[in-house]
Amino acid sequence: MFGKLTWQAIPFDQPIPLVTSAVLIVVITGLVVFVFAKGYVPYLWKEWITSVDHKRIGIMYCLLALVMLLRGFSDALMMRSQQALAFNAPGYLPPEHYDQIFSAHGTIMIFFVAMPFVVGLMNFVVPLQLGVRDVAFPTLNSVSFWLTAAGALLVNVSLVVGEFARTGWLPFPPLSELTYSPGVGVDYYAWSLEISGIGTLMAGINMVTTILKMRAPGMNYMRMPVFCWTSLASNLLIVVSFPILTATLAMLLLDRYVGFHFFTNEAGGNPMVFMNLIWAWGHPEVYILVLPAFGVYSEVVSTFSSKPLFGYRSMVVATMAICLLSFLVWLHHFFTMGPGGDVNAFFGIMSMIIAIPTGVKLFNWLFTMYGGRIRFTVPMMWSIGFMVTFALGGMTGVLLAVPPADFVLHNSLFLVAHFHNVIIGGVLFGAFAGYTYWFPKAFGFSLDERLGKAAFWCWFVGFYVAFVPLYVVGLDGMTRRMQHYSQPEWYPWILVAGVGALIILTGIILQVTQLTVSIRTRAQRRELTGDPWDGRTLEWATASPPPAYNFAVLPNVENEEPYWGMKLKARENLQLSAEPKYEAIEVPRNTPTGFITAFFAVVTGFALIWHIWWIVVLGLVGAYATFVVFAWRDVVETPISAEEVAREDRANRAVRLEALRAAGRAEPPQAQEALA
Amino acid sequence: MNSVVLPAGHAGSGHSHSHAPGHGAGGPASKRIVVGFGFWIYLISDIIMFSALFATYAVLAPATAGGPSARQIFDPNSVAIETACLLASSFACGMASIAVSQRSMKWTQISLFITGLLGFVFLLFELHEFHGLVARGDGPTRSAFLSAFFTLVGCHGLHITAGLLWLGTMMAQFYAKGFRRDIQYRYLCFSLFWHALDIIWVAIFSLVYLVGMNL
Repeated sequence: MFGKLTWQAIPFDQPIPLVTSAVLIVVITGLVVFVFAKGYVPYLWKEWITSVDHKRIGIMYCLLALVMLLRGFSDALMMRSQQALAFNAPGYLPPEHYDQIFSAHGTIMIFFVAMPFVVGLMNFVVPLQLGVRDVAFPTLNSVSFWLTAAGALLVNVSLVVGEFARTGWLPFPPLSELTYSPGVGVDYYAWSLEISGIGTLMAGINMVTTILKMRAPGMNYMRMPVFCWTSLASNLLIVVSFPILTATLAMLLLDRYVGFHFFTNEAGGNPMVFMNLIWAWGHPEVYILVLPAFGVYSEVVSTFSSKPLFGYRSMVVATMAICLLSFLVWLHHFFTMGPGGDVNAFFGIMSMIIAIPTGVKLFNWLFTMYGGRIRFTVPMMWSIGFMVTFALGGMTGVLLAVPPADFVLHNSLFLVAHFHNVIIGGVLFGAFAGYTYWFPKAFGFSLDERLGKAAFWCWFVGFYVAFVPLYVVGLDGMTRRMQHYSQPEWYPWILVAGVGALIILTGIILQVTQLTVSIRTRAQRRELTGDPWDGRTLEWATASPPPAYNFAVLPNVENEEPYWGMKLKARENLQLSAEPKYEAIEVPRNTPTGFITAFFAVVTGFALIWHIWWIVVLGLVGAYATFVVFAWRDVVETPISAEEVAREDRANRAVRLEALRAAGRAEPPQAQEALA
Repeated sequence: MNSVVLPAGHAGSGHSHSHAPGHGAGGPASKRIVVGFGFWIYLISDIIMFSALFATYAVLAPATAGGPSARQIFDPNSVAIETACLLASSFACGMASIAVSQRSMKWTQISLFITGLLGFVFLLFELHEFHGLVARGDGPTRSAFLSAFFTLVGCHGLHITAGLLWLGTMMAQFYAKGFRRDIQYRYLCFSLFWHALDIIWVAIFSLVYLVGMNL
């Protein structure tokens, strides 16, 4: 009746997961009770869960990422504390549990923190920057988000029911085959990623179509903001690489479920096929993450240096070069697994070549700052912190790209330190910069600056204290994923790394405080003009938060920095452009399709993991029924009257005009022009 | 600020009559272009998924592990009939496109029915082939080669199955709702999907069956 699922799946004999699960269940139940008691359910259902508005979906993606960051980071703390205690001792985590923790840490941080964070930022920002009303396929967008959330949910269910993979964040065969991993851990991993991976793929298709086919009039390719370019590159990579992940994991699942022989040791199976395929997805994946972050830095550095981005065209070329090159380096992930000298040399050189376009970008940011009037706001601090940190991580990357060096350093903590250096210093700092930068656009009030700076410094210092020691012990021969060790030389460094993790913890606590304090004091931090940072791109041309339709009338783009151009004109004349003629707008109607699809995905996924076949069938039938019901809708859009559009836009125009006049009184127009 | 009123088409509207090509000149492209283009991007991703399966098949094809090789198991007659069915099905699908543009409900339904019927016959032949192999003990668990073969060909068959479900929904939508614009866009996507499966079949026919029979 319930397949492999029995009471033994609940870890009654292991206190740590049991207590964690209990706490989680209490917190979630408490949250649900609170939401019901306060009567928030209709609001959440109507305004968020069924929303197909790209801004709402983007915000939910970022929220998912922030929540999962807490989960992934508690895994990190457990690993650091285990290693701090496990010098000549067993520590407090038995190996089978420790292995699950490092696997879950990597999986969660990449797929459910970094991915939703950058996808969320792109979702929120790209249509606004392109000057349009939504993404190409709004309902599909909602389905994508909810499938990602479904995957995240399944990973977390593994904490309570059953176990997670013990194979590392990528389940290399033959270890991940049924013979060596007979439990449900790898199945949890694979089905979660199949579900969320399909969500990501659909998000990628949606975003590529949006960027290529839906732009405000006049916005040709060379007028798109760099963030849109990097989003385009990132989503192209999603479209081209995620199907490989889907196929590869499907083959692993066939091996595990029905005894196929793709990657097994018997009957001609070949684990190296898995290695090649998974890294043909895996290497582009890191650029999927970091390219949007590069876009964030470009926007932030330009805005807060009060200058157009230096070398826009070279930035575009560098982005697209990275997009292409990212597919020619996958083999550097297994130099030591026997490809031979010639092949290694080719992939080593290709890997080093990527440093060139990346270097172009770094110099462009530096030259943008050069001669600018720099404002050291929180997003700018994350950006400068990134430049320093990422340059260092890039250099260790070039070092690892040298095959002979890689033979010494592979599988060591040096490698672990390297990829944390580029992912924390590159992706996460970028996500935080974007989060702080666009927060006032999303909610109409800004985040607390002082707490934000404190959080930045904790993260920045904490990162170095946590990971420089790992470089050192890695050079000293300490391999990754060690549950215990007995080398006295490593011990002090591991303790220092633990202190670093605690400093980062302080940073996270400060960020949570920052969010709470900012929400509580939002009345004083209201930002009414819609342009809090003196921005240059189109998202700042509309109100904060933007109306459902984004723009009352689509902006007309005449140059590379359309909003800056409009603003200069307005400042010269000390008045806004003439009021446009407002027309009624139709916005896509909300639909629970995404949520229901994800519900069936969770049910089907869970049933597949536990071999409960009748529920699998029910889940698939339910998903098909959802598709048919969706196909049968007749009304797909909700109209918004011209009067309502006019009223909202006039309100925003009035505030902007007042701000313009106030600035004009404070500074004579000549000074304003000089500033430009 | 927002300075120019747009005469034509805005984003996200099903009633958009924009003729903008989407290159930035006239604003967002029309719904038809956006839907068709988006579906092409999906098809590219699907073809890439198949390319991963093709690559795996290419690597594992010699790994017969003492079991039968491609030459020993392929039946040219069966494959020829399958191919003929699928190509004829695509032709019928093309006829349905013409019928849709002519607003002929009768011919739309007839052509779509033939499309589906031929697809179904294709599936029966494929299942027959698979069944015969499994019955002889040459199922996908026999060797890495057979695993790769069953997965690649079966994945195409799964697409055909999903396509048949979609086709049924499509026929019902035409019947119940008529030639509404959004349903026509969906039909555009369906026909693209159906033709793309032909392209993938041609690749399977050439790289798996033709090459396999001459090894």
